[in-house]
Amino acid sequence: MTKTLNNRAWFFVLPVFLIVAFSAILPLMTVVNYSVQDTFGNNQFFWNGIGWFQELLDPSSQLGEQFLSSLLRTLLFSAIILLIEVPLGIAVALSMPREGWTVALCLVLMALPLLIPWNVVGTIWQVFGRGDIGLLGWTVNRLGIDYNYTGDPIDAWVTIIVMDVWHWTSLVALLCYAGLKSIPDAYYQAARIDGASRWAVFRTIQLPKMRRVLLIAVLLRFMDSFMIYTEPFVLTGGGPGNATTFLSIDLVKLALGQFDLGKAAAMSLVYNLIILAICWVFYTVMTNVDAERERVEA
Amino acid sequence: MARITLDHLAHAYRANPRTAEDYALKEIKHVWSQGGAYALLGPSGCGKTTLLNIISGLVRPTRGRVLFDEIDVTDLPTEARNIAQVFQFPVVYDTMTVRENLAFPLKNRNVPRDRTARRVEEIAGLLDLTRVLDRKASNLTADMKQKISLGRGLVRPDVAAILFDEPLTVIDPHLKWQLRSTLKEIHRALDITMIYVTHDQTEALTFADKVVVMHDGAVVQTGTPDELFERPAHTFVGHFIGSPGMNILPCRVEGAIAFIGNTMISLRRSYRTLSGGERIELGIRPEFVRLQPKGAGLPVQVRRIDDIGRARIARVEMSGRPLAASVPDGISIEGSEASLVLDPNHVHIYANGHLVAGEANGGHGA
Repeated sequence: MTKTLNNRAWFFVLPVFLIVAFSAILPLMTVVNYSVQDTFGNNQFFWNGIGWFQELLDPSSQLGEQFLSSLLRTLLFSAIILLIEVPLGIAVALSMPREGWTVALCLVLMALPLLIPWNVVGTIWQVFGRGDIGLLGWTVNRLGIDYNYTGDPIDAWVTIIVMDVWHWTSLVALLCYAGLKSIPDAYYQAARIDGASRWAVFRTIQLPKMRRVLLIAVLLRFMDSFMIYTEPFVLTGGGPGNATTFLSIDLVKLALGQFDLGKAAAMSLVYNLIILAICWVFYTVMTNVDAERERVEA
Repeated sequence: MARITLDHLAHAYRANPRTAEDYALKEIKHVWSQGGAYALLGPSGCGKTTLLNIISGLVRPTRGRVLFDEIDVTDLPTEARNIAQVFQFPVVYDTMTVRENLAFPLKNRNVPRDRTARRVEEIAGLLDLTRVLDRKASNLTADMKQKISLGRGLVRPDVAAILFDEPLTVIDPHLKWQLRSTLKEIHRALDITMIYVTHDQTEALTFADKVVVMHDGAVVQTGTPDELFERPAHTFVGHFIGSPGMNILPCRVEGAIAFIGNTMISLRRSYRTLSGGERIELGIRPEFVRLQPKGAGLPVQVRRIDDIGRARIARVEMSGRPLAASVPDGISIEGSEASLVLDPNHVHIYANGHLVAGEANGGHGA
């Protein structure tokens, strides 16, 4: 069979190409351009080669040390978030009702935090956690626990983590709930006939059937928590000290606060590469799991 | 091993049922004897799955009791009853091997490991699953998976009855027959009560010693395949079983004579108890209606003659009403005019759908 060649087809591709070039390729190339240059203002630039990258990846330099600690902080944050939100989301999904009017009620209540803009979430918790007028901060202090998220790094971390759990656990729960709903009743009935315990039902039916949505939930929550910016920026501004300065906050400070365009450009490229690498690993794992599944099912 | 008694059982899915229409399952009294092979036959939505789920304990009946032997199990949970169930779509535990799947019910009941292993081997042998014991269960074809589901029921030595909920729905046609004979063999080998739900009359009639026909949430007839064929207790049974189904013709009955339009048919029994208000119908299976060349018998118009392999079935019209009749071997019909001969022993009269017994012809009537 011969394919029809028609050059007019390019006209259909052209708009997409233009939009992508305008919104992604050109800005990215500008960043690449900045990352190899230095400037002392006046819009005058000097060639710096891979200098910024060398400095960034050398932990003994000031920039490198700052980058490494932000990176580790961000990774730690993502790890904690996943460890809390995934099991908690599963637990919530399991305890949600299966039928009746309470289903709709639960779904709406669960979706509420997801609908609140991120800077509003930050503001809510900023006020909520204050020791003088915030209900949470005031109550905790009254209970005799010394809590001050603006002064104590641990308190700041706890507040940000609790805030993120409050904001995003629903997403994991809703995804898991969708996974659970897709399990036919016959599986539960068969398990009852087989005398399976609650735990056995979870291990042998629910968890395996939820695996796909769980992978998606983990991926989404990882990406979101790894790029978290707005909420900690509003809540703590990265403080106290640098205790909650995640990569994104660090980057914005560098680029827009200090106007260190070269350093910031290099940093954002490396940041980008890290995200790409991690996503690639996730993607490979997921497709491999699916491929294996299909091979097994064939 | 047990006899299962359904005592005045009824079920409604909505709360506070009032009229008969509210009941998905209308009142039923039935005894399933130990070791029997039963089929529960009826169209989709007739309540047969509800009945099955009540027996297995997945659904609690609105009214009535379920007895295993003499013990009331109505309120016992599924896992406490000695019941196994095979579902319409194969249920296997995907992450486990076939061996682990088969061992699962025993593991949950804390049966010692060596006894479990022996029993699994035994059942796998019976179901011809020995070759695949160490493969992942998700890796197998639908018929294999159904065998695994069945095997999970059979491994329990105390199992009293196995319930099948249309188990062959997703099986390839050429494997259906095989799997059904496997079921028959197992039934003979293990002396277990089996209740098989289906909407397929061939499956029901070949599998079961006794068939329970359900329609609209009620049992309309219970009997051997022969009884269902020879003496359908309800026009639904006559129509649903047999292919083609029974001819059901609206008629008027006076004593021992039925009038279909202008055609008069004399009956073996007389029906003087029929009141005026009922819907009266005459039923006769095509097998007992013979088509003959025009002559003695009831005059009919032949529309078409179908060769269905084992017999020839004529589609005819009698006084404007369509009818199916069998064409005996060696008879050929010229033109569209022919005659019908009805076997009077197989003519049944139905009032409002139910078979009317009638009285032996005495001094009354024709």
